[in-house]
Amino acid sequence: MNYFDLFNLEPAFDIDTALLAERYRELQRAVHPDKFANDTEQQKMLSVQRTAQINDGYQTLKNPLRRAEHMLSLRGIELSHETTTLKDGAFLMQQMEWREALEDIQHSQQPQDLIDELYDSFSEFESSLSIQLATLLASNDQADALLAADQIRKLKFMAKLQDELSRIEDGLLD
Amino acid sequence: MAYSEKVIDHYENPRNVGSFDKNDPSVVTGMVGAPACGDVMKLQLKIGTDGIIEDAKFKTYGCGSAIASSSLVTEWVKGKSVDEAATIKNADIAEELALPPVKIHCSILAEDAIKAAIEEYKSKQAK
Repeated sequence: MNYFDLFNLEPAFDIDTALLAERYRELQRAVHPDKFANDTEQQKMLSVQRTAQINDGYQTLKNPLRRAEHMLSLRGIELSHETTTLKDGAFLMQQMEWREALEDIQHSQQPQDLIDELYDSFSEFESSLSIQLATLLASNDQADALLAADQIRKLKFMAKLQDELSRIEDGLLD
Repeated sequence: MAYSEKVIDHYENPRNVGSFDKNDPSVVTGMVGAPACGDVMKLQLKIGTDGIIEDAKFKTYGCGSAIASSSLVTEWVKGKSVDEAATIKNADIAEELALPPVKIHCSILAEDAIKAAIEEYKSKQAK
């Protein structure tokens, strides 16, 4: 299922999210199960399935990482997060250092300063990965698509770091 | 989700946590990460001139199963030759720790950490 087709959008990494939301609401209204209340069971069933598909498509395209994964999957590349490991040594070393820095927050005299610093570092790194990802996804080259897959994997690590940092920050406020 | 007793044991008393001096010529490092959950694992092996793994240490940021998997493999690889260690499969790790299907990626991570360290060893040997 091509979700870009479903929402009648150009298959690109940079999409107009306002337009996506608008198309989503239109489609939802058109297939709402209430509209088929007087129809056959089969019609009702179809409308429920269609609604689920539209919801899934919307969630997929709304989230940049899932959108990128969907673009690759349309080109026959599955990310298989459960079975693929990342082996970029320099990147992983940096991840280790950042994880250590997260641990240091607890023992710091000025935890908020450290948190702010890390937020900045994470955001900077994340946006440079995202820019590279956008460029790679815009290319039709299969080798670039495989590199894009690695960028998505790295961005998942960054998302994990951001989650951990917010969790620690919330913990400090308690 | 309930962890098995073996996972809890390794999680509460992890074996061989830490690092070797990475400038030691007999030390090789395998770094791997699991995108599914953002876990990061570093496995270091100290390998003798006879190709036997004398010692192993790990540092893992991840869930209990990831820590248990890495702790377990540090125990398993010690005393083994590099070639023997290379035959350790994620299925063996998953079985030993009774990992549920959603945690299989933790055992894959540990297997790949061994492979990554051995790869570094082989490329060092080739020089």
